[in-house]
Amino acid sequence: MAVDRRKFLRLTGLAALGVAAKPIGILAQEDIPAEISGKLPQENPLTAKRWAMVVDLEKCRDHENIKDCAAACHRVHNVPEFDNPKDEIKWMWEEDFRHAFHEQEIEHLPEKFEYTKVPLLCNHCDNPPCVRVCPTGSTWKRESDGIVMMDWHRCIGCRYCIAACPYGSRSFNWRDPRPFIKETTPEFPTRMRGVVEKCTFCEERLAQGQIPACVEAAKNDAIAFGDLEDPNSKVRELLRERYSIRRKPGLGTHPEVYYLL
Amino acid sequence: MYDAGKVIVGLVIFLALLTFPTWYNVATGKATYVPELEKAVKGDQCVADTEYMRAEHMDLLNEWRDKVVRDGERIHTAPDGTKYNMSLTMTCLDCHSNKANFCDKCHDYLSVDPYCYDCHIIPEVTK
Ligand code: HEC
Ligand code: HEC
Ligand code: HEC
Repeated sequence: MAVDRRKFLRLTGLAALGVAAKPIGILAQEDIPAEISGKLPQENPLTAKRWAMVVDLEKCRDHENIKDCAAACHRVHNVPEFDNPKDEIKWMWEEDFRHAFHEQEIEHLPEKFEYTKVPLLCNHCDNPPCVRVCPTGSTWKRESDGIVMMDWHRCIGCRYCIAACPYGSRSFNWRDPRPFIKETTPEFPTRMRGVVEKCTFCEERLAQGQIPACVEAAKNDAIAFGDLEDPNSKVRELLRERYSIRRKPGLGTHPEVYYLL
Repeated sequence: MYDAGKVIVGLVIFLALLTFPTWYNVATGKATYVPELEKAVKGDQCVADTEYMRAEHMDLLNEWRDKVVRDGERIHTAPDGTKYNMSLTMTCLDCHSNKANFCDKCHDYLSVDPYCYDCHIIPEVTK
């Protein structure tokens, strides 16, 4: 089989990632062999008991960083870009600190947080309200690793989940998204008019041994991703060392996206 | 019976007209038309027996879909032991790369219209 340039780059990239990720324990799998067949994803999937994400807000003061993460996510998942905000589809987006954490009722915010943009995405709650209301089972919490999954084949577009989600993490396709996708990635299907969509913690990339697209795109390790149940994982290490907050903890949803102050 | 001759002639003409489409198609050879399918660009075997694929590929695709999306399994093992990534775009349309001259040709003939491509991407045909 001839190895073309793209494939070569992908292989070296993956190999480098394996080397880079090993010491910080993001990878559940010990070693990634030099050759990964692009066609066979399940050979080296990344697995965890409970996936979680830790965002370092110190490193989010650089606006472009968060923008790049969101752009990477939207590119690999064929997320359309609409001019009209009412039609907007978002898997990852940014928000002012005050707005992202309004339940903290902050009166006097340290100045540095005034300039901090918070990346928001699906929180992959331990107790997801969207799952409870879905009448078709097209969204559910995967028992093996806690990801709140989407089955786009079953979504009937009732939008109960949008009403139930307290984080605004779900978007509805009011219009045919296809004409608004700048560059189509064939690996991931688009959605169609009438279905709901959201972040899936890059479940399809994990299955291929790749870390989520936003984590990969984040500069200065602004976003860490790993197994919350593993005391030696990067995320646990960060949560041990730094003070972290989550969005709307009072609702009892138990978000699994943590923000380091 | 009154006017038996006329009635019988009328009936014969009526039956001839009624069955005209059939006669016409037989006479012009259209009745034996079967769509000619473009060969797969890769491999000499499908992901399952050809007979099975011809009759049951929609069930196989549903099975793939459920396995990938619901169960997180992504590898299909063909009868000959070859392993495939269970993906409509990346696997089926990798070998049957000209969808229009394969899937669509047969589907149009049989008047089947899968809606999968509202979301699943059809790779561009490179000539
Ligand atoms: C490795 C390449 C390859 C892949 C992948 C592949 N096919 Fe095939 N397929 C073939 C070949 C070669 C034949 C013809 C086999 C023969 O003539 O005996 C075939 C035959 C078929 C037929 C029967 C056509 C007929 O003549 O009646 C159908 C239907 C079909 N494939 C559908 C699919 C679907 C659906 C998928 C994805 C699930 C798929 N194929 C994946 C190579 C492939
Ligand atoms: C030999 C003819 C033939 C070929 C070639 C063929 N199909 Fe089909 N396909 C059918 C028939 C017949 C049905 C409808 C069966 C039914 O309605 O029960 C069907 C149904 C389907 C369905 C289910 C549609 C629905 O509405 O439930 C899907 C999906 C599908 N085909 C995908 C494919 C793909 C993808 C290819 C090309 C890789 C392909 N088919 C090639 C004959 C064919
Ligand atoms: C509303 C959009 C939508 C429609 C319509 C749709 N799919 Fe999908 N499908 C998806 C998405 C999105 C994924 C990717 C899920 C993932 O990887 O987690 C997917 C994944 C799959 C997969 C496994 C992975 C892959 O890349 O192919 C199969 C097989 C599949 N779909 C089959 C079908 C078939 C057959 C139909 C038509 C009968 C269909 N789908 C219609 C959105 C759709």
